[in-house]
Amino acid sequence: MPGLPQRLQDWAERRLPALTRYRRPEGLPVELHRRRIYIVPTGFGLGFSVLLLVMLVGALNYNNNAALLLTCLLGAASAASMLVAFRSLDGLRLEQVRAGHAVAGESIELTFTLQSSRPRNAIRLDLGDASASFALDGHGAALVKLALPTEVRGWQALPRMRLWSSWPLGMFRAWSWLHPAQSVLVWPRAEMAGPAPSAAADDARHMRLHRGEELAALRAYQAGDPRRHVAWKASARHDNLLVKDFEQPQNQPQWQLDWRQLRGMADEARIARLARWLNEAQQHRRSFSLWLPGNEIGNGSGALHYARCMDALACLP
Amino acid sequence: MSALSPALARRSTVAAVGQRSFDLLSLGMAFVLAVNAAHLPWWLSLALACALGWRWWQRRQRAGRVPGWVKLPLLALLTLAVIVQYGNLFGRAAGTALAIGLLVLKLLETESPRDVRVGVGFTCFTLMTALLFDQGMVSTVVVALGLLPALATLRALEPAQAPASIPRSLLSPLALLAAALPLALLAFLLVPRLSSPLWGAPSRDQARSGLSDRMSPGGFTELLTDDHPAMRVSFDGAPPPPDQRYFRAYVMARYDGVSWSYSDAGNLPPAVLDAAHAVKYRITLLPTHRHVLPTLDVPIDVPADASMRRDRVVMAARPVDDALTYALSSATQYQLEPQLDEHHRRWLQLPAGFNPRTLALGQSWRQRHGSDEAAIVRAALALFHDGGFRYTLAPAPLGRNAMDDFLFDTREGFCEHYSSAFTVLMRAAGIPARVVTGYQGGYWNKLGDYLLVRNSDAHAWSEVWLAGRGWVRVDPTAAVRPERVSLGAAAAAGDQLDWYHDNWLQGFRNRWDIVNRWWDQAVTGFDALRQRSLLTPFGIRATDTTTLGVLLAIGTTLFIAIGLAWALLRRQSRDPLREALRELERKLARQHIVRHVGEGPQHYLSRAARALPSKREELMELAKRYLDLRYAHDEPPTESVHAFRRAVRDFRAKNVVK
Repeated sequence: MPGLPQRLQDWAERRLPALTRYRRPEGLPVELHRRRIYIVPTGFGLGFSVLLLVMLVGALNYNNNAALLLTCLLGAASAASMLVAFRSLDGLRLEQVRAGHAVAGESIELTFTLQSSRPRNAIRLDLGDASASFALDGHGAALVKLALPTEVRGWQALPRMRLWSSWPLGMFRAWSWLHPAQSVLVWPRAEMAGPAPSAAADDARHMRLHRGEELAALRAYQAGDPRRHVAWKASARHDNLLVKDFEQPQNQPQWQLDWRQLRGMADEARIARLARWLNEAQQHRRSFSLWLPGNEIGNGSGALHYARCMDALACLP
Repeated sequence: MSALSPALARRSTVAAVGQRSFDLLSLGMAFVLAVNAAHLPWWLSLALACALGWRWWQRRQRAGRVPGWVKLPLLALLTLAVIVQYGNLFGRAAGTALAIGLLVLKLLETESPRDVRVGVGFTCFTLMTALLFDQGMVSTVVVALGLLPALATLRALEPAQAPASIPRSLLSPLALLAAALPLALLAFLLVPRLSSPLWGAPSRDQARSGLSDRMSPGGFTELLTDDHPAMRVSFDGAPPPPDQRYFRAYVMARYDGVSWSYSDAGNLPPAVLDAAHAVKYRITLLPTHRHVLPTLDVPIDVPADASMRRDRVVMAARPVDDALTYALSSATQYQLEPQLDEHHRRWLQLPAGFNPRTLALGQSWRQRHGSDEAAIVRAALALFHDGGFRYTLAPAPLGRNAMDDFLFDTREGFCEHYSSAFTVLMRAAGIPARVVTGYQGGYWNKLGDYLLVRNSDAHAWSEVWLAGRGWVRVDPTAAVRPERVSLGAAAAAGDQLDWYHDNWLQGFRNRWDIVNRWWDQAVTGFDALRQRSLLTPFGIRATDTTTLGVLLAIGTTLFIAIGLAWALLRRQSRDPLREALRELERKLARQHIVRHVGEGPQHYLSRAARALPSKREELMELAKRYLDLRYAHDEPPTESVHAFRRAVRDFRAKNVVK
């Protein structure tokens, strides 16, 4: 249950979008321009203007024109810093947002690609409580990484983010809302513990031991190594005998993970169990296949295959 | 093309203040100490500088706030020191000393960005206080330079910026200040000035030593070594010759054996003056905090807001607390007061029981020369000229019978001694005589066409009343040291002055004074009165506060508009090839063929050619030409680039039937 101010703000943004600077989600790339950059003085800026006022009254009272000139100069420089703050955001482009992988409850890493045709300093990107600052050199793009907390599996829309800067003097804060119409996929959280998948697929065909064909490395000869494994040509260039070492054969059985096997369980519990099995399979470098209602993923292994299976799990209704 | 640079992004750091910000803040505070050193007691400046240096060194070793048991005693010590030095904690001098002390103490606990910002604000304030004591041009410029480290500190507080060395980071706020200068000048011109202060007028104790309404032999010493400008005089027409450049301030009648004093003769009309040759001129008098307005000997009329006193002394209605410019005319050949009035006894007054030998000498001259008063004057001047007298700014001290000691024993002194002794001698001989103080000489600045009169040009001379001629100016100092009158005080003093009164340096300073004069006129002297007449060239006689406010608002808006135009300006990229490719991208994007980040032009255009089969030939040709222009030349030929741009412009993507 969000607090009253939050609810008030939500209501205001719904009813008074113009007043609250609310921006609907929009497609990338987003280029900042004058109609969406706002500027307010910071607390320091307000305090400094009070100080300027004190200096002004003092200079006028003592009829001290040199002090008055100094005060005017400082005031004008502060006012000019407002324009500089605006310019440090104007024309900035958010090109792309890429998301990493995360399971529900963890933070997902977002990578923002920002581009500008001129150098900029001290720009900050706020996303919830997380904040990152970056500079642009005017040639390449800046990659900004931020963590977005997640709660449930499935597609999660990107929240509204604030891009802001108080460059150069910290007296004015220029900001703009970014709300890309983009979602990130959050993988399901695996259950903590549970049974292993039934070994229906553990047939002898997959248990067969075979020597790999791929050459992995050369190692020193040990007594008992077969003679045909000695790398003669390589050994001729060394003092001792070298032996070809071949990749160890796959001795793990293939897992056929099936939604239908988990009858009598709630959908989310099934997903959590399948996620745990996928994790274990990936951890032990097993190959596996996955059957889901409306989606069947054939046998395979590796990070890409794992990600494909997790994506499919995450997308289940 | 749009190759990704290595990530410049950086995780934001929390709270801790970087070494760069702290260094710059320390530098700014050191600047404050330096510009304020002139009016702080030296031991306080030294102690604060030590505290500043120690804190800077200490934080380099290990960041962290200085503990309270160090800070609190220092705070108490500072307060005590200020009270001991100034007697209170408030007022301009004491308040400034306290503020600067607190500023340095603030550095002891500076660890967070908030502390640094407070420190910067305070630094700006204490920079301004230096100007309350000296608003000359050089010090103003130096103080304005002190804003650079302060603003650089604020910049250094911002996260994630391109690295820069300390001198570079000091220079970058200079651009901001330069850009702000026009608006600052406008505001300076138009901010309505107060015609009377809101609180406490500037205290008199800061008055630089100037001419006083009392004079005792030896009292001028400080004044004669003070070479601050006292006033600047410009003449309508040719300036009078050097031996007529006498500016009278006070006419002193009363002598009490120790000092001469001026007493206002009330509402008596000014003495009768038959002027033969009038000179018109204009004087800009720097603040003296006194009423008297020096005038060329002797004034005929008075400026506004001033009155002419009995002895042709001009007094302003209010003390001169700010630079004041007044115009009037004087007679250089004149007959002043041909007939003495009934108060003439005061010109013969002498204190009883003082200077018996001097009185005897005067009376003996009267007996010898009888009624030939001119002969008595000549006798006195001859005594000064031939009697072994010496001109020096450091004479031996005099006893109770000061004139006796001077005339018969020490025989050394400067204008005060000579005019004083001469006047006493004349009075002893029965001739009405008086002492006049003021300025004599000055430096004629050819470039600016004005006469610069410094405090060191202060002078004292005598006037004697001779029947049939009225008051006649007699300068006994000239009898001893004629250079004093013809060449000026510095020439007369010879090598008795400090090294910086050296000839070439003094010459440079005299010429440089034209800049100071301009500054005093344009900036320091720009008061409520001048502001009101600001719009006179535009036909508005008196500009009131409302008009000024409106003008200020209009001007500020104008400058902000210019600034906004700058801020909103999108600079065209200088690469016509890239522009052309962008245009092509835009055209293709309308057909939903969007170039991906990191996608090269060849890949993109061949993808586009596959997507738009009917335009395939054209697109492949464009891709080939682009790659050729981009990569086959260092500088692609301009006509080919133009041809490519034309081709892109003529390219039609939307006629395609999908």
